Amino acid sequence: MAVHEFDAVIVGAGGAGLYAAMELSRQADLRVAVISKLYPTRSHTGAAQGGIGAALGNMEEDHWEWHMFDTVKGGDYLVDQDAAEILAREAIETVYDLEHLGLPFDRTPDGRIAQRRFGGHTHHFGQGPVRRACHAADRTGHMILQTLYQQCLRQNVRFFNEFQVLDLLVEDGAACGVVAWEILTGELHTFHARAVMFATGGWGRIYKVTSNAHTLTGDGAAICWRRGIPLEDMEFYQFHPTGIYRLGILMSEAARGEGAVLRNRYGERFMERYSPTLLDLAPRDIIARAMITEIREGRGIDGKDYLHLDFTHLPRQLLEEKLPDITSFARIYLGIDPATQPVPVQPTAHYAMGGIPTDVWGRVVLDEKNTVLPGLYAAGECACVSVHGANRLGTNSLVDILVFGRRAGRDMVRYLREAERVPLRHNPDSDAREQMERLLRSEGKEKVAVLRQELAENMMEYCGIFRDEAGLRKMLEILGDLRERYRRIRLDDRGRIFNQDLLEAWELGCLLDVAEATVRSALHRTESRGAHMREDYPKRDDENWLKHTLLYRKPDGTFEFRYKPVVITRFQPQARTY
Amino acid sequence: MKATIRIKRFNPEVDRRPYWAEYEVPVDPFDRVLDALHYIKANLDGSLALRRSCAHGICGSDAMLINGRNRLACKVLIKDLGPRITVEPLRGLRVIKDLVVDMEPFFEKYRQVMPWLITDEPPPPQERRQTPEERARYEDTTKCILCAVCTTACPIFWGTGEFLGPAALVAAHRFIFDSRDQAAQQRLQILADRSGVFKCRTVFNCTEACPQGIEITKAIQELKQAIILSRT
Repeated sequence: MAVHEFDAVIVGAGGAGLYAAMELSRQADLRVAVISKLYPTRSHTGAAQGGIGAALGNMEEDHWEWHMFDTVKGGDYLVDQDAAEILAREAIETVYDLEHLGLPFDRTPDGRIAQRRFGGHTHHFGQGPVRRACHAADRTGHMILQTLYQQCLRQNVRFFNEFQVLDLLVEDGAACGVVAWEILTGELHTFHARAVMFATGGWGRIYKVTSNAHTLTGDGAAICWRRGIPLEDMEFYQFHPTGIYRLGILMSEAARGEGAVLRNRYGERFMERYSPTLLDLAPRDIIARAMITEIREGRGIDGKDYLHLDFTHLPRQLLEEKLPDITSFARIYLGIDPATQPVPVQPTAHYAMGGIPTDVWGRVVLDEKNTVLPGLYAAGECACVSVHGANRLGTNSLVDILVFGRRAGRDMVRYLREAERVPLRHNPDSDAREQMERLLRSEGKEKVAVLRQELAENMMEYCGIFRDEAGLRKMLEILGDLRERYRRIRLDDRGRIFNQDLLEAWELGCLLDVAEATVRSALHRTESRGAHMREDYPKRDDENWLKHTLLYRKPDGTFEFRYKPVVITRFQPQARTY
Repeated sequence: MKATIRIKRFNPEVDRRPYWAEYEVPVDPFDRVLDALHYIKANLDGSLALRRSCAHGICGSDAMLINGRNRLACKVLIKDLGPRITVEPLRGLRVIKDLVVDMEPFFEKYRQVMPWLITDEPPPPQERRQTPEERARYEDTTKCILCAVCTTACPIFWGTGEFLGPAALVAAHRFIFDSRDQAAQQRLQILADRSGVFKCRTVFNCTEACPQGIEITKAIQELKQAIILSRT
């Protein structure tokens, strides 16, 4: 068994993980490792298209208070406002920092960072759309990922690529490392550290139609949950309105920011009926619901389950310069030229608003009193600060991962100045080893890919944009059945070298766990708020539900809910209309 | 419709040498090659190893040789290939298993050109100004996703392990022509070395193969010119 000694170990090499690694590696005496199941440049941050929100005010008047307000209202008042204030204020310095690190933002004629409109971002507290999204064509996430990776290389961050983390080590109440599986060789490695950070991204792969990469299987959240850490607000899962029909590949909200509009089978711009002020730039939950409503009422294109995203009134030059990637996706995957033909779209599973609970320094907390687990950090999509509440605004994912990844890195530096090294227990990798051997030796007949597909199809059906008690209970039964069958799988590959069959089997375990947390939380919350739409409880219920849920899975296999109050500072909850 | 997918398989724990395996796969013309490979993994042989992640041409994981050309499996549709499709690992990098190759030498060359912004001046409180024209100067080479398609399509790269290869040169170009960067001379010196830019014989394989449509050969020519101009 290989044991590696580091001061800090970061799991995941997307925006949050790399920003934290960069902050830590600025301290010459700290030894930092980043562990990724991929190569870092393949992290899903690279798929982010449209922009990163920051009230720079480069194109028109803007203030961080407006950004904060939009974030709070966009999240249907479930946002913790202390965190939202940090998000909106620090977005500005973070964007400047990225520019200084080399990020190639698009520019205004006078050389400043260019900005465009995005859903739910407004001026004067909701008066009308504002240009707040800083962008590099429709490849903003790609540029961010490359820039941060380059800076980490410059600072000699130690990367362990294609290592799958399997377990979190906690001793004497403090995090002290992780166990990881080297995909190439099949060997287990123990990473002994004084601080551990999870930045493992989301779990869109619990759904059938998703914008998420195949590798987004909720590993970090599942590992933490198995070690007694609660998961917060798991019922809030965002569907992005405009995924390419059937494929789920994203047509960035920047498309609508640049003037594209949604139309139904009659060519009607239906958002006029659902959001008279912001129209196609209303927040995502509102548009996704409007689209499903149109489809249910027979106004999908040709009566089918998709609608049109119409670019045809926009100049071709604008498409080629400002939206080149999504223009190319339409051409490649549909054979459609968006300059002359509308693009078929449907909502696509996109982003987890809930996850591993943290405070505003990225420190993982264990309960409603915000008791910190020393040495354990989380940031990015796998974490819940919470700045997105019940619904995330477009561009705020990049803001969240960078602002809080950076803060987590800084707090880890502070923590590491004092923290003692906690000794490892004997055989720290024994649980991970047992997990892998059980999967490898399982003598059943079930195929992992089949279970994975059944999970994703049923989650779409019973725990998607609209939910109700009957469907969610049905989904719990299905999950029970899938878990039972998961015990009886059989792998085709029983070797050691690059055993992807085994990797996918292990990932399925994580998918089942995060799906279970999502369904149980959705069943528990008997109201509708943001992305969580309960048809049997269609109204927001502030009296009973203006609170975060924390879901624990206890060692005996039972579940427990606890609640955390929403932090409200500047903005009292009000009706959410656009 | 059905497609026949021929895959060059190799599992070092079992096989002494690579062999061809054939699979019959039900496909839709608008399916990606990646979908067909996923079908094989899910239904016919779960031991098939290939890298993939985003499945829409952004992450660069699933680079492989498809019908003799370097492509991303998620960016090629069955309808453009016909019913017989051959799939092999990228050339010029050691095969680890099936379609998975050793990427370390590729990233090592990338690191050699110092692919990060270098400037001595303390940053201003806000952004450094850069005009849209200055920004446009290096736009094309910022698009690189490090998939290795270009480098492993290059006969010079196959011929000599020393050559930096197109992807590393693209990375160097991206910074050399960024008006904010101050280390152009240092990088040009690395590129002027015998393993650098003058090894390029302008065969255009890289440009033809690039899934991002980067004009790589043009970028390399610009680097050659920059070196020559800096010597005069």
